[in-house]
This record gives sequence, structure tokens and C-alpha cells, in this order.
Amino acid sequence: MSNEAEDVLRIRTPIGVDYAWSAGRRSSAYLNGLLEGRLIGKRCPSCTRVYFPPRNGNCPMCGVLLVDDDVEVGPNGTVTTFCVVNVPFLGQKITPPYVAATILLDGADIGMQHLLQEVDAADVRMGMRVEPVWAPREDWGPTMENITHFRPSGEPDVDFTDYAGQL
Amino acid sequence: MTDETADGPGYAIAEDGSFTAPLTLAYPYARTVGPTYGTFLTGLAAGKVHATVSADGTVFVPPAEFHASTGEALTQWVEVASEGEVVSWSWESAPGNAQPFDRPFAWVLVCLDGAGTSMLHALDVTDPSEVRTGMRVRVRWAADAEPGIGAITCFEPVTTGGAS
Repeated sequence: MSNEAEDVLRIRTPIGVDYAWSAGRRSSAYLNGLLEGRLIGKRCPSCTRVYFPPRNGNCPMCGVLLVDDDVEVGPNGTVTTFCVVNVPFLGQKITPPYVAATILLDGADIGMQHLLQEVDAADVRMGMRVEPVWAPREDWGPTMENITHFRPSGEPDVDFTDYAGQL
Repeated sequence: MTDETADGPGYAIAEDGSFTAPLTLAYPYARTVGPTYGTFLTGLAAGKVHATVSADGTVFVPPAEFHASTGEALTQWVEVASEGEVVSWSWESAPGNAQPFDRPFAWVLVCLDGAGTSMLHALDVTDPSEVRTGMRVRVRWAADAEPGIGAITCFEPVTTGGAS
């Protein structure tokens, strides 16, 4: 065959799809809250559980549609479970060891995961009280990245029985 | 998730208060092509169309690695013409981002002269009345395409009485 050109051994085959994504009315209340530095969840009108971040759709526990019952939660919360990340991996932005914690914000009935910093990983414990650390206000957008991380608030630990129902 | 490169904040808020934002899901795949397609694509880069030939004389364009009926490994090569005949076609009325043209055009199955199978590519016409089964078409070569089938920009109609 012709050897005028370099032999082709490999080709690029990029694929992609462009979406116009809509957050929907309920998640939009959450995003709008973040723009103002507020944490907005939704309360189920039937079982009164508060979801944060709020779900578009129905309460997974009792099936009732989550209507526009906004509830401000936090900003402080309680560590319910946590994971100490010791393993380096490609694309890691934080030097291990660090703590990824499930945080039950005050007034919410479901934990959210966020980064826990300004504390030695060995000192993190279930029931520990934490507070958010916000990015500079001029950097805020409709994103949970407005909170760079959580840190211990210094409040007394919460007893396990007080959050056993929200694990 | 939001487009931070945009001049604005990268999102918009609809009349009902819903947040909307562009979201692109893309993967920059690359793959090795193997000896058979490698030979085909190397030929295209040099402005030639190479085909594999089976023991029964069938000429495969694009090249097959194996005969579909007999399982015979195809290692014999032949060069075919860069001109041929439309076997079948379909009208593309709403082209997507990565397609050969940004306006309506025809997808055609072309059986190149000397080939026993047909290949799919785009035909540079702007109206369905300009394409028909049996019409003569030729390859329009790309000047500086990266390796791949894009070495053929598209097919174009061969005008009767033209210089070909």
C-alpha cells in the first residue's frame, strides 16, 4: 500500500451531547437559596420529613408529592457518619488524609455529604457538631461549592439516640 | 455543571423561577484501528481507496477483516476508484453538531467502481430533488483532515458531460 503518508494507527472518536438542563421548580428553590447563602430544603406535607437537598418529585418514604413547602435548615449540623480518605487517586484536589462526612443539618431529616476540615482526622467522631465555612460572597453561585467545607463548631456532641432515626 | 466560560453567570432563571444551564456530556475517546482499517485510512490520507478482496472475488469497501459468509481472513488488497454510484440514500433535514454539513444534505450508500459493497457517507446536495438512486458521485478529498474517514469530506455529484 501507499507509504506517502504516515501509517494511520489511531483515530480520535470523540462523542458528546449538549443538554439544556432545567433544575425544576423545587431544586431551583434550593439553588436560589444558595445564591443568598441560605440552605433551603423541602418538607413532606404528609410525614413532615425535611429533605436537603430537596427532591424534585415525591417523598421516598410516603410517596406524597413534595410541594412548595420550603424549610430553611442549618447552617450548623451533626456528623452522623464519616470516611477518612487515605488513598491518593487521579484528580484528587485535597491532600490525604481528609474526612468526607455525612452531615445532618439542623432541621433536616437526611444527611448530606461534605468535606470536613480544620480538624485532625483522628479527632472526628459521630455526633460531632460542625459549622459551614463559606467562600467569599463575591464568588457565590447557585452551587453547594459556596460552602468550601465544614469545621467543628465547638458545641457539645449530640447523643446517638438524637440522630439514630436519620442515619 | 454551569458554563463558567460564558460572559454571564453560566445559568439563567426562567419565568417560573427554574434554574436552567447548558450541560455538555462528552468523552474524548480515541482508539487504535488495527491493520485492516489502518491500511484503509492510510490510503485515504494519500487520496486512495483501498479494498480487501476475498477468494470468491468480492471486493469490500470499506474493507472487511473477514468474509461474512465463509469466515475467510481477508488479507489481499486492491485499489478501487474514487467515483461510483448511489445505491441508496436518506435525507438529513436536521443536522447535528458533529455532522459533515450544518445544513440539510443527503446520506448516501455509494458503491465505488470496482467495489462489491457500498459505503456510507454524506453527499453535498441541498435539496432532495438533487439526489437519486443510480446517480454518479465522486469523492471530494479533504485538504488537511486528521486521520480518519474525514479524509473524505463528502461525495459530490458527477455532472454528465463534465470533466471527469
